[in-house]
Amino acid sequence: MSDKDHFVEIRHAQKSYGSLEVLKDISLNVERGQIVAIIGPSGSGKSTLLRAINDLDPLTGGEVWLDGVQVNKSLPHRQYEKHINEMRQQVGMVFQHFNLFPHMTARENVTMAPMLLKGLSKAEADKLAEEQLDKVGMLDRIDYYPSRLSGGQKQRVAIARALAMKPKLMLFDEATSALDPELVDEVNMVMKKLAEEHMTMIIVTHEMDFAASVCDRVLFMDQGVVVEEGPPSVVFKNPTKDRTREFLRKHLAGAA
Amino acid sequence: MDIDLMMRVYPFFLTAAWTTIQLSVLTALLGLAMGALGASARLSRFALVRFIGAAYVSLFRGTPALIQLFILYFGGPQIGIQLDAFEAGVIGLGINAGAYMTETIRGAIISIDKGQREAGRTLGLSQWQATYKIILPQAARLMVRPLGVNLNMLIKATALVAAISVVELTYTAQRYIGSTYKPFEMFLLAGVLYMIIIYATGRAVAWLDRRVQIT
Repeated sequence: MSDKDHFVEIRHAQKSYGSLEVLKDISLNVERGQIVAIIGPSGSGKSTLLRAINDLDPLTGGEVWLDGVQVNKSLPHRQYEKHINEMRQQVGMVFQHFNLFPHMTARENVTMAPMLLKGLSKAEADKLAEEQLDKVGMLDRIDYYPSRLSGGQKQRVAIARALAMKPKLMLFDEATSALDPELVDEVNMVMKKLAEEHMTMIIVTHEMDFAASVCDRVLFMDQGVVVEEGPPSVVFKNPTKDRTREFLRKHLAGAA
Repeated sequence: MDIDLMMRVYPFFLTAAWTTIQLSVLTALLGLAMGALGASARLSRFALVRFIGAAYVSLFRGTPALIQLFILYFGGPQIGIQLDAFEAGVIGLGINAGAYMTETIRGAIISIDKGQREAGRTLGLSQWQATYKIILPQAARLMVRPLGVNLNMLIKATALVAAISVVELTYTAQRYIGSTYKPFEMFLLAGVLYMIIIYATGRAVAWLDRRVQIT
């Protein structure tokens, strides 16, 4: 079997809360540099699947592999903690509600983890923060506290914070869903920029246009299963499954 | 009202007020330490530790502080605990205050959005790193005012140690009533001094609360 050749590999992912099964035997491979969008109605399990990749929502069955290493290894508690902290340093995550640290400035949000976990000096970390915040167009607000930033600005700082750890993989969990419509573009621009740099990304999104324009592959999930997957041109333009058509019809109508 | 008498005895009340302040400070420090321990226990991932934390809180909030002081001071020697009145006062009230502070501290910690810890863990922080870098600095800011309320209650509760003969404000007032037969003046004097202590503490807490807020 050569299946560990894939950069990200999810094998037979299964997740239940009691008797409620939210992920039903999902397998998914993502190659280095690929950008994959996961779409689907709320409650379809797409966020749960994304959060399983860095074990934020541990699977009840199945395996997650990243770059040849199993993420959700079965280990004694202490060893597992050490292992998962190392894995998570390699995976950046961006949340719907930003989750910036409100007691830290934009700069401190970005420098905290590299200083604490990678032993960067204050000067090195400051330089890193300036680079990353510049990249997301937030250098001019570097010493602002999150309370003084707009939603779009917060999300860009959150992306810079994740990038500062130099991740191999970025996960976006509805990164623009909580934003006012006029602030969505500034975040999408940053994500596009990452796409141009061939960052591997898995994106849970409700934005079909954005998914169509940047993603190599789209997964449509419903009720814990992948209903349909393929390049955006196929999934969006010529979906083969009724459920996909139904979802897209509703969603695109709702968005218009 | 016998103002002359009040003017004559008030220096003794000031000395007593100093004892009340010392009692309050030591009780508050012990209470904070117990509160921090109690809150850690209540939030532990081990069920047994959580149970011990919960038992501590319900035991000490569920019985009168006066009874707790009596058990410690009068009952203590029977089981080999010998404390002078001041020590018993500080320890008894401190453990009692700690039970209330446990809930204050725990409340502040659990009110921090769980996305905060998640964001930290996602960056690769350990559970403990996320706690002290992300959760505690935010929770500490939220704790200032409710801990101020605990402090206010605690200062007033120091009056209870008069019952185990610690020579603080309330005990001093009672003693002077014995020789002057002027309960109105003596309790009034004690009351005014309590109010000054509590007012000053309240202002200090409000100042601290403003200081730590993020602008």
